[in-house]
Order: sequence, then structure tokens, then C-alpha cells
Amino acid sequence: MNIIVCIKQVPNTTDVKIDPVKNTLIREGVESIINPFDTYAIEEAVRLKERFTGKVTVVTMGPPQAESALKEAISLGCDEGILVSDRKFAGSDTWATSYTLACAIKKIGAFDIILCGKQASDGDTAQVGPGISTHLDVPQVTYVKKIEEIKDNLARVERMTEEGYDIVETPIPCLFTVVKEINTPRLPSLKGMMRAKSAKIIQWTAADINADPKNIGLDGSPTRVVKIFTPAPRKGGEILKGDTADVAKQVGTLLKDIII
Amino acid sequence: MDDSKIKIITEKCTGCTLCVRICPFGAIKVENKKAIIDLSKCNLCGACVDSCKFTAIVLDKGSVAKKDLSAYKDVWVFCEQKKGVIQTISFELLGEGKKLADKLGGKLCAVLLGENIESKVDEVAWRGADKIYLVDDAQLKNYRDDSYTKVLVELVKEYKPEIILCGATVMGRSLISRVAITIDAGLTADCTGLDIDPEERLLLQTRPAFGGNIMATIITPNHRPQMSTVRHKVMKEPELDKSHKAEVIKKKYGDNVLSSRTRIIDIVEEIEETINLSEADIIVSGGRGIAAAENFSHIKELAKVLGAAVGASRATVDAGWIPYSHQVGQTGKTVCPKLYIACGISGQIQHLIGMQSSKVILAINKDPDAPIFKVATYGIVGDIFEVIPALTKEFKKILKK
Repeated sequence: MNIIVCIKQVPNTTDVKIDPVKNTLIREGVESIINPFDTYAIEEAVRLKERFTGKVTVVTMGPPQAESALKEAISLGCDEGILVSDRKFAGSDTWATSYTLACAIKKIGAFDIILCGKQASDGDTAQVGPGISTHLDVPQVTYVKKIEEIKDNLARVERMTEEGYDIVETPIPCLFTVVKEINTPRLPSLKGMMRAKSAKIIQWTAADINADPKNIGLDGSPTRVVKIFTPAPRKGGEILKGDTADVAKQVGTLLKDIII
Repeated sequence: MDDSKIKIITEKCTGCTLCVRICPFGAIKVENKKAIIDLSKCNLCGACVDSCKFTAIVLDKGSVAKKDLSAYKDVWVFCEQKKGVIQTISFELLGEGKKLADKLGGKLCAVLLGENIESKVDEVAWRGADKIYLVDDAQLKNYRDDSYTKVLVELVKEYKPEIILCGATVMGRSLISRVAITIDAGLTADCTGLDIDPEERLLLQTRPAFGGNIMATIITPNHRPQMSTVRHKVMKEPELDKSHKAEVIKKKYGDNVLSSRTRIIDIVEEIEETINLSEADIIVSGGRGIAAAENFSHIKELAKVLGAAVGASRATVDAGWIPYSHQVGQTGKTVCPKLYIACGISGQIQHLIGMQSSKVILAINKDPDAPIFKVATYGIVGDIFEVIPALTKEFKKILKK
């Protein structure tokens, strides 16, 4: 089984702090990590390989330093890492990003399953996974919380919904975006880390993946950011004083209009 | 050759560091009193261009020939139905869509897909829709990516809306991304503010980035329709007007449009409480401070009195005290209820990301330095096992329960 995992390197939000005076993000010293949702996609890919044998290829679009995310994925059991990197990709929105990743996947060749995290923690759009499947014209199931069965070119999965879950059957090849519930990611093994250290990451540019220049980067992005601003910070709370009964009474008065 | 789209004009740069501070990507530094952009980090957002008082930064945003977009009219709302029930998010979007349509001098239209749903058109009309595109077919009974995408694409191609709004739900996010790619449209997720630039007739879409620490306004200058998703509770439901009528346009499609490669075998509902977290007006959440699984009963009791949903921090879910479907925060759900009561939650950034846009936050924690108090509207420093029962009692009294 050929499995492809798409990942993104993101800033670690635990490190992101707000400058209390200027009310701006302090990004210095912020570590880059694999998007937390993608770690479940990586783990599921490795588990599928263990279940059905095959190969896991992990691909990311990003700056040169995103290579470290691919190496980490290899230490977790992925076989091969591909970095799609080009200055021409700068300014890509989700349309252009999913186009670029779809081009890279076409170059990788035949696949059975593509796995993505449900969304990235820095953008939160959940658009790139469905975007890739649309560009490739393969079926998708989003928010997958369990891959029940894969047999006779059909996969049966559970898709999380607001109320519970749907059981969905799809032909393969297909794309899944996965949620946290699907598994508990393993830690890298010593052997994995050794392999990652010596692994050679494949580097592809826009030309390598035959991307149409019209469809990548800023030119390929229908949306434009026109303004970035810092919202007024949420005002620090009023601490209610008094004994428990007194405080409860105050809360009652303050919240009366909301709760009735 | 320097082929980058953004450049610093070094002669004009004074090294004032205004751009360094504004850059959301940390891509600019000043060396020898001149700004330098790290292009591997730069996302060409242009925040620095606007910040520079010396016009020392230029960004080539491309000069694509302006397309004639005048054929695109009206504001559409995709109305999400489950088991024939129109979801409240769709009503909220109709309220917002009406404002946009009025500003543009266009009509507010609703798209309704499902089986035996014609009886629902009044509900949609009463909430302001002037026109309803109705596709009623057994194949559209439940949401399937392929069928819904193809139907919506066909409708867009035929009737050319200027704007489409859709809920940022499981269904909405899966559907609308496919539609945007197929018809080559711009899509902005999770908008918290929508407005119209009257001169350019552009939809101004404002959304949080980095967990709400930064806001970005996004436009789609040269593609139509302009598409946005919006989360629950961000927009307000309109007043009901039972005299308002809508023109209903019924469409039929063949199997090539209605068919789907995926098949739904079963739909399972498993939420413990009947109240859906993202739709709740009030949420009572428990954190590590509740100390044990059985203590969630205090949270649940308070929630019951208020008719609220039960939320949880990641720590409590990881400990197995409550199912994942209750988790609020970065790896759980993002919520913005009218009232969020955080009980024994310290307020790690990952949790705050998921709830800090709640209108009122009440936090109860024994640690006066807990970060949750920095975002809370009202804070109570105290033992949750004393405070929660006292609150429950007080609320019961007010609600006469």
C-alpha cells in the first residue's frame, strides 16, 4: 500500500507569547514543530503500513528549514521525505497550497491513501486537505476518527460529526483528514532517529513538480491579505471579593440577563 | 537575480523597526540600521508595507488583468440540514447575509439541498431569504461530499452569486473547500467580521490568526464568488418575519451530478448531553482542578441548571474523565458562547485559543495567578468544590428551579 502524508511545520503555540506593552506576538525563540494534527496522520500512515505493508511518503511545502519536520516524520516511521520548496510559493493561500501539494503528489505517482491532519494549528482553515483531493479528483472523507477496514479497494471509516460519527465507505485511492481521536502517536524509536539522521530528503522546486506558474504563490491565490492588526486585548478580569455565598450572589446579579 | 515580490528600498529605510514589530511572521530584522526580510519566513501579507512611514517597502501584488465580474450578483447562504432540520448556523448566516445583500443592493438567496425539505422553505424565507434554490432528491438526504459539491457547483455556474456564506461546520468546511477549488474561487475560513467595501464591491473578511492574537482582513479581488465560512454564534439570528415570502426555484439534476463515490453506511449519534458544544449559549467547563472523573458531576449539575453544554480541558480528556467530544481548545473545539464558565481550568494558551472569544467568561480557580483570570470577565479565587455548589444554588433560585 502506498501512503502519502501531507504535513506542515508550524510555530509552537505554547511558545508564542504576547508582548504585554506593545500587544504584539513575540516570535523570537519560538520553536517550529509538526502541526499537532499532522502527528496523528503520520501515526495512522505508519500503522497502515504495519497492517498492510507498503511505503509511507511524507511531503511538506515550506521553507528549507521545514526539512527538520520531514526528518522527524521519518524518525516516527515514514520511509521517505519530500520537501517542496521554492520562493515562488510565497504568499500562497489554501487554493495555491493545495494545488502545489497536488502537483507534488502527481509526481510521486500511484498512491492508495493520502492522509492529512484535519487542519493546521496556525491557520485553522481545514481547507488544504479537501483542496488536495479536489485537485486530484479523488474522493475524500474528512474528520476521520477510525479506519475500520480496507478491503477490495474499499475503505470503511468513521467520520466524526457534531453529534457523533458517520460510517462511510469510499473507494481507494482517496484522501482522509484525521482527528486526534484516531490514535495516540508513538515516540520516535532510537532506530528511527538513526535513520532520520542519515535520511536524504528529496527537494523539489515549482519546476520539478510541473506547477503552472499562474497557479502558485501569490499569483495563484484568489485571496489577498489587505490588513493585519492586533485586536484590543481582552480586558483582565474583575476578581469578585467576599465569602462563597456572597460571591455567588454577586455572580447571580452580574449574569442574570445572560442565564434567563 | 532578485525575483522576490517584496523589497526594501535601502535608501529610504531609517531602521526605525516599525516593520519588525508589525510583522506577524517574525520575518524582518534590522541590521546596520536597515531592515532585512527573511524571505523564507515572509508570507507577503503586506503588513510591513502599510506600517512603513517612509514608503521604504514595496510589494508587487501582481497586476492581473481585471476580470469583468459584473455578471455575479446576490448573496447566497448555504443552508445546512440534518435529518431535515435546518441547523441554527444557517439562520445566523441569513441574518448576516441580509446585511451584506442590502449594502450591495442585491438579493439574499438560500441554497437548500435534501430530501422532502420543501416544507422548510418558509423557515428560510421568514429569516430574510428573497430567493431559495431548492434541490430535493433522495440522493441528497444526507451530506455526501461528491453530490453536494457537484450540485452547488452547478447552481453557482448557472446563477453566479457574488458572495457565498457557509457554516464552519464539519459539513460546511468539507463541502465549501471542494466547491472553491472546483470553481476557482477564493475562500476564507472562520470569519468573525464581514463587511462590504462599497467602492470596489468587495467582501471584507476579517478572521483571527494565531489563536486570535492577530486579526487579518482578507479580500478576493479578482475571483467570484467570494466565499466565507463562519463559526457558530459569531453572527446573530435575524428576527422572524412570518410575512416575508421567497421565490422558490426548484432544480432537478441527473445522476451524473447527484451520484457520489462515497457511501454512508450508518449515522451514529453519541453525545451524552443533548446540547451540542458549538451551538451552546452557555458552556460550563471543567479542568484539572476538578481532580477526579466523578467530580464532573458538579460541572454537569451546574450545566443542567443553566441548560448549558459541558466542556472540558485537554488534561481531563487525556485523563479519561470525559470523552474527547467535550474538549475545548486547540486540539478540540473552538467555541464562542454568550457565557463560558471555566471551573478549575488554569488557562493554558491552547485552551484559551478555543474559548477566548466567548462574550462573558467566568473563571473559578484556587490559584490567583492562573492565566485564565487574564481573559476572564469575572474571576473567583476559591475552591471550586465550594463555589460551584453555591453558584448552582444561586442560579436555581434565579431561574426558579
